[in-house]
Amino acid sequence: MSDISRRTARTGERVIIQTLFACAVLSVAVTVGIVAVLLVDTVEFFRESSLADFLTGTVWAPGQGAGEDGLYGVLPLINGTLMIGVGSLVVGLPLGVLTAIYLSEYANPRVRGVLKPTLEILAGIPTVIVGYFALQFITPTLLRPIFGEDRVFIFNAASGSIAVGLMILPIIASISEDAMRSVPVSLREAAYGLGSTKRQVSLRVVVPAALSGIAASVILAFSRAVGETMAVTIAAGNSPKMTLDFFTSIQTLTASIAQTVRGEVAAGTVRYNALFALGLTLFVLTLVMNLVSARIVRRFRQVYS
Amino acid sequence: MTATTEAFAPSRLRRGATRGRARILVDVAFSALLFTGTIVGVVALATLIWTIFDNGWARLTADPAAFLTSYVSRLPARAGIKAALVGSAYLMVLTALFCFPIGVGAAIYLEEFAPRNRVTNFVEANIANLAGVPSVVYGLLGLGIFARFLRMGPSLLAGALTLAVMSLPVIIVAARESIRAVPDSIRQGAYALGATRWQTVRRQVLPAAMPGTLTGTILALSRAIGETAPLLVIGLPIVIFSLPDDLRDPVSALPLLIFEWTSRPQAAFAEAAAAASIVLLALLLAMNAVAIFLRNRYTIRW
Amino acid sequence: MTLRTRRGGWLLGLTLAIALATTACGGTDDNGGGATGEGAALSGKIAIDGSSTVAPISEAIAEEFKKEQPNVEATVGTSGTGGGFTKFCAGETDLQDASRAISDEEKQACAAKGIKYQEFRVGLDGLAVVTSAKNQFLDTLTFEQLARIFEDGGATTWNQVDPSFPNEKIAIFAPDTESGTYDFFNEKVLGDPDEGGKKPRNDYTASSDDNTLVQGIEGQANSWGYFGFAYYQNNKEGLKDIKIAEKGTTGIEPTAETIESGDYPLSRPLFIYVKEDSLSQPHVGQFVKFYLEQTPQLIADVGYVPAPQEDYTQGLAKLQPFLATS
Repeated sequence: MSDISRRTARTGERVIIQTLFACAVLSVAVTVGIVAVLLVDTVEFFRESSLADFLTGTVWAPGQGAGEDGLYGVLPLINGTLMIGVGSLVVGLPLGVLTAIYLSEYANPRVRGVLKPTLEILAGIPTVIVGYFALQFITPTLLRPIFGEDRVFIFNAASGSIAVGLMILPIIASISEDAMRSVPVSLREAAYGLGSTKRQVSLRVVVPAALSGIAASVILAFSRAVGETMAVTIAAGNSPKMTLDFFTSIQTLTASIAQTVRGEVAAGTVRYNALFALGLTLFVLTLVMNLVSARIVRRFRQVYS
Repeated sequence: MTATTEAFAPSRLRRGATRGRARILVDVAFSALLFTGTIVGVVALATLIWTIFDNGWARLTADPAAFLTSYVSRLPARAGIKAALVGSAYLMVLTALFCFPIGVGAAIYLEEFAPRNRVTNFVEANIANLAGVPSVVYGLLGLGIFARFLRMGPSLLAGALTLAVMSLPVIIVAARESIRAVPDSIRQGAYALGATRWQTVRRQVLPAAMPGTLTGTILALSRAIGETAPLLVIGLPIVIFSLPDDLRDPVSALPLLIFEWTSRPQAAFAEAAAAASIVLLALLLAMNAVAIFLRNRYTIRW
Repeated sequence: MTLRTRRGGWLLGLTLAIALATTACGGTDDNGGGATGEGAALSGKIAIDGSSTVAPISEAIAEEFKKEQPNVEATVGTSGTGGGFTKFCAGETDLQDASRAISDEEKQACAAKGIKYQEFRVGLDGLAVVTSAKNQFLDTLTFEQLARIFEDGGATTWNQVDPSFPNEKIAIFAPDTESGTYDFFNEKVLGDPDEGGKKPRNDYTASSDDNTLVQGIEGQANSWGYFGFAYYQNNKEGLKDIKIAEKGTTGIEPTAETIESGDYPLSRPLFIYVKEDSLSQPHVGQFVKFYLEQTPQLIADVGYVPAPQEDYTQGLAKLQPFLATS
């Protein structure tokens, strides 16, 4: 935004700008809708189940006894969700950034023309298919031979992390690559002029300059990983537990919601309403993550004149 | 870029032989690392596609016309994907129509017109948050608001709106990044010639940002088409023996069908599911091909 | 330049949207069925939703019914029994597939909205208790032994279940806590926790997809698990079924015959619930009649077992008054 732009828009344009504003504000309406839908039944849930137990309990076992006696501690589910989130970043971030550097700095246009669409296709693979791929290929053919059949459960967090990591790889690669390519050529040429190799330019000039874009892509990717439902349900299993063992089955918040929604539980009961409490938890979790990371991203942004 | 800058990369001007050699080694190692890292994604994709083809190719090619034009059946040999395929296609078009204009509009506003105040910050934070909301929750939103409150029922319209709302944040984020990538000098030039902000956006910024925006849109839509959870929650049917005539008609969708068939006990259904997955992937490929074509035509490199 | 093509593209998109919208507003809502003038040609829509267990039966019936009455459009969703009842009791669906009887809360919800319904039993889903085909020592288990395996704090090695079994860890694969099969098994084997029954354990490998349970059980010799009979039938090579003894020690093997006769102790009834308002409509009434008449023949195709004949006869009798008024 500069000072020399004409501040007074022409009359027709004012309407246009207002329409654009409406588009942006629509997103707020969406949030309101989501919160409303979730809040109504969450309130119902907490009428019969204690909030303290929910937040501090380490067992999630709705089936233990009828309704009121069920154990609704959310920590195992948050544990599972974070395991997948972090695990998938461990897989997706290095691969994604490496791919982005390669596409932006090293690859010739023909290779780019093939690789970029390939990544987009990877991003578009339906999550159910990736989930089954993890279950039927990653676990038996990749993880079990390497780590041993006794060590690796048929459902495990590692397989879920790899699956989700593959799904977020294109997000990180694509957005980071766009960020890197938008770094002005002049910066690179200055570095070359000083005697840098391509590697040094990539790592010491381009990546730092593109850091805000990379950070933004990581946040988006992490959010995506945390919100992923089908692939983790299928690959990582449905056993909520407090663990750091990536080779055992876990359950994420999303998997628990999906399970309840598809299940046979009577609507209107505590067991069913628990899913709305989980939904709200997920929403709040993503909100907190985003607020924190927005602060971090703002620090990285550099402006070029 | 490689041509011009290699000429300027004086890696041969070395100060000391050992330093230079070590540096070249690291350079080569790094290039190898990059290549490997990039290849992993490609290899994973290839493996995935191969496993699906291995399972489903026989079923698909046994009688492709029948598979594509039959409705579902309790007998796997007779089951086809007609309703699901058409349903997914309709959903995709409708979703795009809803979320592309709104998403791009929001992105333009936030990047070009929004004043730096708390309202803007709030809206931005809100959008970033929505990008991470799981698809199941969007399903609950779709069920509660579109299907129930607005009385649309489990229909094409409700499904498309739910998917559109789900894709919106991703499109906005991607569009914003593309718009941001347009150098300010372009805008300054336009302003200097007396253009208003909107004129600048419409004639300079937006066309330049379109390729990146399209990329983001394609990514978002690809994901939307493969989503099972939201459509499941809204209650789109698996079994349907007619095609939608109307926005308010119920429709089925391919991912729903695939998910259902994989949970049936008969092994033949698992093959049918794999065959349906191949079709879904083909649909995705077609979408991506269109996106690539559009992007290549309009790309501007600064 | 490129701008014109792009604007043209958007214009096209807009026109398309308007065209779609007008078809939406133009189309009439044809949900009320009515018999046409000639003979028994019916038309109308039937919205079916609910349990994904019962859905295949409804699918089979809808498929065959379509051949007789092509103008009746039946759709089947799989929102789950719980989710399905929410819609049913809100009046959004005509027919609810259910793998369990309607609960008290759901009855209240229906009553609150003034939804009256009729319940029909349409089949039986046997629960097969299985181990891997590699397993050498398992043949029969009593209810008490089943309870000892699946209860909270229960046996961890096979010799704790029966001293004659080896000292090997039990690998348990079972449906997840939201599954109707899980609820049914607990109710039957562990008893109602409010009345002195035991709680189920939660340290087993759970899955919502019975096919993956099959895979898990096949792979390990010391495995144990349970799921719908159809999944055992379709995977007999890798699995070994366990005979179940409810009282005493004679175990009954799960087969179509023993499930149908009721000898096999672990089988659950499958239901459909239909709104009375919908039943009065000719196309729905005839559909339900077709359902009750044809299910015994078709149900084997989808892996379940017919309910006792009286269930169908009683159902048809219940249905009769509604058919007469349409």
